[in-house]
Amino acid sequence: MPERLMIGTRIRERRVLSGIRQSELAKQAGISPSYLNLIEHNRRRIGGKTLLKLAQALEVEPQVLSEGAEATLISALREAAGEPGTDGPELSRIEEFAGRFPGWAGLLTDLYRRTQGLERTVETLTDRLAHDPFLADSLHEVISSVTAIRSTSSILVETEALEPEWQARFHRNINEDSARLTEGAQALVKYLEGAPNRDAEVQSPQDEMHAYLATRGYHFEELERDVAGPRDVMRLLKDEAAQAMSTPAQSLTREVLLRYLADARALPLGPFLARVRSIGLQPDRLADATGAAMAQVFRRLAALPGDEMGPVGLVICDASGTLVFRKPIDGFDMPRLAGACALWPLYQVMAQPQVPLRARVRQVGRGGEVVDALAVAGLAAPTGFDRPALMQAHMLLLPDPGGAAEEVRALGVSCRICPIKDCVARREPSIIAEGF
Amino acid sequence: MGKKVLLIEDEPNIIEAVSFILSRDGWEVKTHSNGHDAMEAVRLRGPDLIILDVMLPGKSGFDILTEIRGDVEFAETPVLMLTARGQMKDREMAEKAGASQYMTKPFSNADVLAAVRDLVGA
Repeated sequence: MPERLMIGTRIRERRVLSGIRQSELAKQAGISPSYLNLIEHNRRRIGGKTLLKLAQALEVEPQVLSEGAEATLISALREAAGEPGTDGPELSRIEEFAGRFPGWAGLLTDLYRRTQGLERTVETLTDRLAHDPFLADSLHEVISSVTAIRSTSSILVETEALEPEWQARFHRNINEDSARLTEGAQALVKYLEGAPNRDAEVQSPQDEMHAYLATRGYHFEELERDVAGPRDVMRLLKDEAAQAMSTPAQSLTREVLLRYLADARALPLGPFLARVRSIGLQPDRLADATGAAMAQVFRRLAALPGDEMGPVGLVICDASGTLVFRKPIDGFDMPRLAGACALWPLYQVMAQPQVPLRARVRQVGRGGEVVDALAVAGLAAPTGFDRPALMQAHMLLLPDPGGAAEEVRALGVSCRICPIKDCVARREPSIIAEGF
Repeated sequence: MGKKVLLIEDEPNIIEAVSFILSRDGWEVKTHSNGHDAMEAVRLRGPDLIILDVMLPGKSGFDILTEIRGDVEFAETPVLMLTARGQMKDREMAEKAGASQYMTKPFSNADVLAAVRDLVGA
């Protein structure tokens, strides 16, 4: 069908969409209903003046009705359809498509343009990486010195009865090359650390949320007041720091803050602090005394002002083992999302919901300190016969008070960086080389 | 007398190590360490085998290889290319320019020995 005639179809679509009757539109445009009918069925050409009047009556730009506006759209559609790998779009009906679904067609061409833009960006970045002169230089330096060291050291090891002069010379060469290797490696590390887009490091919404909570010290005075309500959560989310987060991170943060609010209402700060002062950091006795669930007491302890109680760590996981909440404590590392060590008491308690477990633990490897781990698992939400029960486990981490006689359990952070040998819980090999 | 090998490489300690293992294996080793006049060195030494680094100051190993192959006298001389990059593109370029064999750094001494012995049919 010729493009020009499709104006009629567009007029009809617009009129039906606006809920105007044919006779009424004809009247407004000053033409007879039968003439409009012919136009709408693409059986009469339409002149500029009539087009303007019809556009006015339909409250659209005349270009939307005329072919001009669509010409670019149609050519963009043709371009998109010409991409290799597209599986036979109906080219013969391209005008009809653009005319009947201008919004969808526009969306399609926008997406096509964005894809092309992104492809170009990827190409540019790949190109930059491949031809980055500094990167190439440093790598060349590293590889050259490694090659020399490898070759020289194997001569030293493999050559029988190597003359002392040669031996001394090769030793000196290795020494020289190892210094060069050190420089090259340091330069690489420095360069990669200082890469300009490091700030734009891909961060998960969970990371963003945790970074936000950390800047606030995991304590929100705004939600501790007697009169605090959900509107205070919304107000917090409107401030600059929260607005800087991505939308998914904001929505995660809202959930966490709403839970904080509910916890604060159940265990108000003043009375709770008074109890902690008299009973001490003993979640079971605090739960007993307040009638609150142990998990709630855990969360409350982790939300106390830092100068009040000293360091309190908390980690919460769902039934899949994913760490949905992390408040770190010195001497105990937590992986960013999943894949934590299966030996953690956090996971042990999943086998026996509601049964608390306390253990002194220490992460193997550098920087691991003995911490007191208290864990309990339970339902995360009210359950019923018509839906799956959602479990969650909480693990509170306190600095080891010292003097306890209990054995310290060794555990890891996650398998990839864990040096424990012959571990029954291992699910992937460690990247830490043997004997390192 | 052993066969003659010309090593064109700019890293002094690599030159020293490779020269050492080749001499111990009975080769007469000549070395040259820049790209500009590499072709002159080839003509001067008239080697039975050339070991050629890709990244040389002054001129790329690929260009030198093209010159070597362009000279009737050395069109058939085995050339072992050394490179720090193991990318397919480099390998293809080396083959296209007429390299007899291609080796990626870092290499083991045994591999270099095996390759040169193989190339001259020793």
